[in-house]
Amino acid sequence: MKLARELWDSLFESLVGLGSVTRFLLRLIAASPRALLRLDLVAQQVYNCGALSLVIIMLSGLFVGMVLGLQGFQLLQRFGSEEALGTAATIGLVKELGPVVTALLFAGRAGTALASELGLMRATDQISAMEMMAVDPIRRVVVPRFLGGVIAMPLLAAIFSVIGIYGAQLVGVQIMGVDSGSFWSQMRAAVGLSDIYEGIVKSCIFGITCSLIAVYEGYYAMPTAEGVGRATTRTVVTSAVVILFLDYLITAAFL
Amino acid sequence: MATRKSTTLNLGTGTFVLLGFAALFFLTTQTTSRGINFFANPPHYELTAKFDNIGDLKVGAPVSMSGVEMGRVTKIGFNSKEYKAVVTLRIDARYSQIPTDSDAAIYTQGLLGGKYIGLTAGGAETYLKDKDQIDFTQSAFVLENLIGQVLANFVKSSGTSDKSNKSDAPAAETPKATEKRK
Repeated sequence: MKLARELWDSLFESLVGLGSVTRFLLRLIAASPRALLRLDLVAQQVYNCGALSLVIIMLSGLFVGMVLGLQGFQLLQRFGSEEALGTAATIGLVKELGPVVTALLFAGRAGTALASELGLMRATDQISAMEMMAVDPIRRVVVPRFLGGVIAMPLLAAIFSVIGIYGAQLVGVQIMGVDSGSFWSQMRAAVGLSDIYEGIVKSCIFGITCSLIAVYEGYYAMPTAEGVGRATTRTVVTSAVVILFLDYLITAAFL
Repeated sequence: MATRKSTTLNLGTGTFVLLGFAALFFLTTQTTSRGINFFANPPHYELTAKFDNIGDLKVGAPVSMSGVEMGRVTKIGFNSKEYKAVVTLRIDARYSQIPTDSDAAIYTQGLLGGKYIGLTAGGAETYLKDKDQIDFTQSAFVLENLIGQVLANFVKSSGTSDKSNKSDAPAAETPKATEKRK
């Protein structure tokens, strides 16, 4: 009986949470056109979310690509078709690893920064102070951060994929000795614009998801040190689960 | 101080956005077959060829002669009167001297690789021009058909028994051909 009660309560709570996230998203979308008038604020957040994540994205992309090159080569060699390495690595990176790994890293690097920043603003009453000065904190603080993340994420994913392809080429062609010509020509023959398109759609959706979860958790964080910490943790955990779930949905939709 | 900070900020943002779009650009144009080719679309001409069976030949497959890539497959259509596949080949204009009686065959790259079209030069004095058709074609090698033929041969030869010359017959020979020989 008690268990059923608790189950019901947690279900109820998650439903309320889902509704409140959705309403928050609608508020952000409604406030977006006017926030775009203050482009400098958005640009600053593109810098914070995007430019500052470049190093981690590029390094991870390089290593993911190199591992793909090694593993792909080992596997394809068994079938005597090492030349397909370019195709395999590119499709894997552009459609799956690029958007997903970038989104996970983005949640860890930029999402946590957003959540803790907003949470700390909440905890130190900066948000209340803005409301008191008749400045809409959503428009002034939250929407630029959200939009910054939404803009930065697809670009980061594209950079990740390109660096990854370079990494795969580095291992496959330079070290393992796959023919450079067939690496690229088989890739060009097999990869279609629709594959790239799928990657872009995925990374855009992940960008919206990650940024939304981060600003939501931060904005509604409990105004205590513990609350900020919890908001940061929840950002990463929720983002990771939602991204992987959405990834399955989008992949299925594109098949 | 404020201006200096905003300069680094702008520089950082600008670099990031530029890199991002350069990456998108690279993905759409350099990793796909339908992308824009920046090294100026080289002059080319088109040929068509009709095949009974193209196997899993795909648009974008290379067309080569003596192993040198000369162009690509740009379109695969179907002729509903003759029930044949019509393949359009785009050949680089550098290779304008392909004799009119050349033949086109579909081969496989490696054991499990993709299909490509191999051209073999004929002896004619005249050369193929834009929109011409290659008349001599050879269909894709379909593994299942070959296995079927080998099996049919095998059954037949084991049925008629002690004809020693049977085992010398090429494995790929069709049952019909074997019958004729008898």
